Parts: sequence; structure tokens; C-alpha cells
Amino acid sequence: MSNDNIKLMKGNEALAEAAIRAGCQAYFGYPITPQSEILEYLTDEGRKRGMIVLQAESEVASINMVYGASGAGARVMTSSSSPGISLMQEGLSYIACGELPCLVVNVNRGGPGLGTIQPSQGDYFQATKGGGHGDYRLIVLAPASVQEMADFVFDGFDLADKYRNPVMILTDGALGQMMEKVEFREYDPKDHTPVKPWATTGKPADRPRNIITSLHIQPEKMEEINLHLQAKYRKISETEVRYELMDADDAEFIIVAYGLVARIAHRAVELAREQGIRVGLLRPQTLYPFPSKALTGLAERIQGVLTVEMNAGQMVEDVRLAVEGRVPVEFYGRMGGIIPSPEEIVKALDKLIRKNVAQTAEAY
Amino acid sequence: MSTEILDLIEPEIANMDCVYEKPDTLTDMRLHYCPGCGHGVAHRVLMEVIDELGIAEQTIGVAPVGCSVFAYHYMNIDMQEAAHGRASAVATGIKRIHPDKYVFSYQGDGDLAAIGTAETIHTVNRGENILVVFINNAIYGMTGGQMAPTTLLNMKTTTSPAGRTVETAGFPMKITEMVATLPGAYYVSRNSVHTPNAVRYLKKAITKAFQYQKEKKGTCFIEVVSNCPSGWKMTPLQANKWMEENMFPIYPPGEIKVPK
Repeated sequence: MSNDNIKLMKGNEALAEAAIRAGCQAYFGYPITPQSEILEYLTDEGRKRGMIVLQAESEVASINMVYGASGAGARVMTSSSSPGISLMQEGLSYIACGELPCLVVNVNRGGPGLGTIQPSQGDYFQATKGGGHGDYRLIVLAPASVQEMADFVFDGFDLADKYRNPVMILTDGALGQMMEKVEFREYDPKDHTPVKPWATTGKPADRPRNIITSLHIQPEKMEEINLHLQAKYRKISETEVRYELMDADDAEFIIVAYGLVARIAHRAVELAREQGIRVGLLRPQTLYPFPSKALTGLAERIQGVLTVEMNAGQMVEDVRLAVEGRVPVEFYGRMGGIIPSPEEIVKALDKLIRKNVAQTAEAY
Repeated sequence: MSTEILDLIEPEIANMDCVYEKPDTLTDMRLHYCPGCGHGVAHRVLMEVIDELGIAEQTIGVAPVGCSVFAYHYMNIDMQEAAHGRASAVATGIKRIHPDKYVFSYQGDGDLAAIGTAETIHTVNRGENILVVFINNAIYGMTGGQMAPTTLLNMKTTTSPAGRTVETAGFPMKITEMVATLPGAYYVSRNSVHTPNAVRYLKKAITKAFQYQKEKKGTCFIEVVSNCPSGWKMTPLQANKWMEENMFPIYPPGEIKVPK
């Protein structure tokens, strides 16, 4: 018997299919490798199933169409890859200040500049620290499988509505392109459609006009908005942290990795354990909010942390902030679109352990 | 107006018939525009038409960045404030969600013809069923009078202190004529607000534009050639005279594209 909810799909297509099933009303996008399948899938399949799909003249236009459509009360999204996401930063800043819910997908490719179309995690800083001008945050979800590429679309839209905040799915070219089994959850958009009394839908006589703006000229008013946003981000940090902890019960060392790298790191954990090294894996599923508390707690009972990323060392800064010097934190990264192998990660782990032993010996 | 003067004239007003009222869709907020500036009249005409057509409850406006950044303070309808130049993209997003509502953007020359050129042209090229109101006073007023793409040759601004030259800054941009060439543009008109007659023409143009929007005919684009007494360093009267003598030869008022 066939099950319509289980499919073999590319990550990008699974994400796009999930968007249709999540009741996304409109998609505005611009072609860029390695995410164009999202635009293509939605143009074909999305339109057939009633979605508004517009290929914009640029990513700048896309994100501002998202602003308009979200402000008008719709569930909306856009997607792009690194250089295109850079172009969206202005719009994202306005969206964050205007508190407009939307989903933005970044299928991260290598940079800087035009870079490479191969996978990368080089946009971690941009995604998790705001990205555009001013004090704001996106909620950032980091899928590690085609299954999560789909799951996080549903979660992303719900989080965006819950907090009136833009949500980013930060994934990479490999996850976007690879095929895996995916099971779509039962999800009726009707049960996930909040009332949006703030939306610009045309002002009836019996309510004051709705204004979507990020302009607050009076410093006192602007600070009030800033404080409100910061309080929201604190609440998000307290409630929405998600991570996966693997083989950590008896671990003396912890690898921290997200997305595609976390899967490779898990293989490295298996290899290391065959050599008798007691190592576990912490995989953040939310990059903002970052699972700092979990890591701080772990740091009390382990001897060292290895952070592995496909960049020059970005998340490792958040890892160090969480560990607060309790144990050594090492970093291993590859760039340029190169994916690290499990063996490389084990080697990096060996280095951390040797360093740790040397330091311990020195202490005696 | 000081309270004393109001106290004096209010009893007089009370005995008079009111023949010229403020449109309901204009709020009571005092305009922040400089004396003699065309924005106030343009706001009024736009809102007057919306009132007369009875479409205030179905209209969503988009404000720009520039002197009219606070347009939403004065227009008593649902509005969105766009980033600089992005008003027509924002309007596109709104219109695609609410295809049966009326959507307009209100933008100045720096906003529409410089930083927002791509959004402007592509919005018109898609034939989005919106009205674009383009206020052209050939200068960046809000930021203190810098050169705009529409600044005239030899015109002095803070960034063309000796006058705009072709060698350094190219030519005044006739973006209204440019968009009129696009098939997506259904109705294109250039107007002004410096005389009662001009105001009547603008009112007619805006009325037509909303009618065409209702019929989903494509983009309607209305340029309002306006002034900037502060930026031009002129009195309001001088500014209007200078506008007629210098702006109109380059930006001649009249309908540029009308339905066949």
C-alpha cells in the first residue's frame, strides 16, 4: 500500500514540498545554485496546489515582497544561497524590527564573494548574530537530514508565527542536493493559522489603522522597541533551544557539530569509540538560540570539546562562550566547499586528547 | 496657528458654510512638510480620491524613505513603511496576497529613480495592478538637498554645488517615459500640484488609476512634478515659478500613456 506521506526526495524538494503542506501561501525567490530546485518545485507543484509563486528580479526584491506579503497577513517564505542571502540582509533587518513572521532558507555555499557552489557553513555568523544592521536575531534551525529539511519547515513557520519573528533554515548545498527518505508529518495548516490583527488587510471603520514600520525616530520609543525585541529573544532562548545529544553518558570528550558535519562527526564518534576513546556528540538543531546551557552543564564533567565546522571557526566562538574556559575547546574546520571526513575528525580528536594529557601532566 | 488667532476666527467660521472639508482619510496630525512643499497637496488629492471612491477600507498604501517617510501618519488607512527604494516590491507582495484590494506606493525621486530603479521597472514590467505615485522634485529633500537622478543640468545641490554636469553626473533621468515603454504600464501620466487646475488634473488621473486597478489592467504610474523650496533655497512662490520655467521643459506635464 502506498503512503502519500513517505517519499524519496532531494533535500531542497522535500523542503519545498513541506512548505506546500505547511500552508505557505506565497513564495518569492530568485535562482541561485544550489537551491534553485526550491523555486522550480514550487513554481510547478506549488502553483498547482494554489501557492502564489513569483520569480523576482533579485533577492533584494524577493525579501521585500516577503515583507509586504507577511505584513499583509500571509504565511510566506523565500529561499536563496549565500550571496543572495547577503542581499536580503537589509530586508531581514526591517522584517525583524517590523516583527513580521516569515521563513527564509539559506542553502549555504562556500564564500566569501562568489565563492563556490559546494557546501559550506560559512554563513553561521551572518545567520546567528543578526546579519543586517541593528540589534536583532533570527531563529535559526539547522537540519542534518532530508527528514529535518522537511520537519523544520513546519516548525519554522510555527515559530515565526508564535514569536512574530523571521526564522531561517540554515542548511547547505549537500543536504539540499542529496536524496533520502522523508516522511511528511500530518499537518493541517488550518490548525496553525494564528489571527493577525496587526496585518494590513484594509482598515475597517471600527479599528485603528494598522501600520507596519521599523521607523521610530524618538530615541525613547526606539529603545522601547529594542527592549521589547530583546525580551522576546530572551524568551526564545529560554523556550526554544533544541539539540541532540549522542553517546554522551560516559563521554570524556564532546564533539559539537551541526547540519551535515554532525552526521560525519557521528561516524567519527563511532570510529573513536572503536579505539576506546569515550567521546560523544552534541548536535545543535537551533543555532539561535544556541544550546549554551547544555554545553555548560557538559563542561562540568568532560575533559575537552572539539568543534567541527565547514568554515574557519564560527560556532566555536559560541561553544567557547558556553564552556567559559572550564575545559579546552579545539576547532577543526574545512573550507572552500570541502567536506571533512570522519577520519580527519578522529585525528583532530586525537590532537585534542594529546594536548589535554600534556596539560594534565604539566599540572602535576 | 496660535490659539489666540483661532479664538478670533473660530466664531466667524462657525457662522460659515463649510465648502472645502478635509478628507476623512487624512488624519488630524499636523504635516511636517516645509512651507510650500507639494507633498501636502499630493497627500490630500490622493486621500480625497480614495474617499470619493469609497475605497478607504480596501486600500493599502506603501510609504517610502525620503521626505514622505511619515506618509502613514497622515493617511488614515492601513499602510506599510518600505525600505529605501523597495516600495514597489513591498506593494507587489501586498497586492499578490490581496489581489482585490487597492494598493499604491508613494515614492520620491531618490527612492524610486535611484536606489529603487530595479524594483520600479520590474514591478511595472510585470504589470502589477498597483498605482505608483512618484513625487519628483529633483532633489533629496530629507537628507538635506543632495543631487538626485532627476536633478536638472546646472542645478545646484549640496553634492553638485557648481551645478550638475553631464561629465560627472550624467543626465536628468526621465524614468516616467522609460516605464511608459513597458507593456505592463497601462496608464502613465505626469502632473503637478502647483495650481488649482493642476490639482484637478491630478485628481482625474488618480481617479482613473484606481478605476483601472479595479479592472486589473496593469500598472498605473503617476509622476507629480513638485518643488522643494527648502532644498532649492527659494520661497514657495519662487520655487513654483522656477519649477514651471525649468522643470516643465524637461518633465512636461500631461498624459504619457493612455489606454487605446
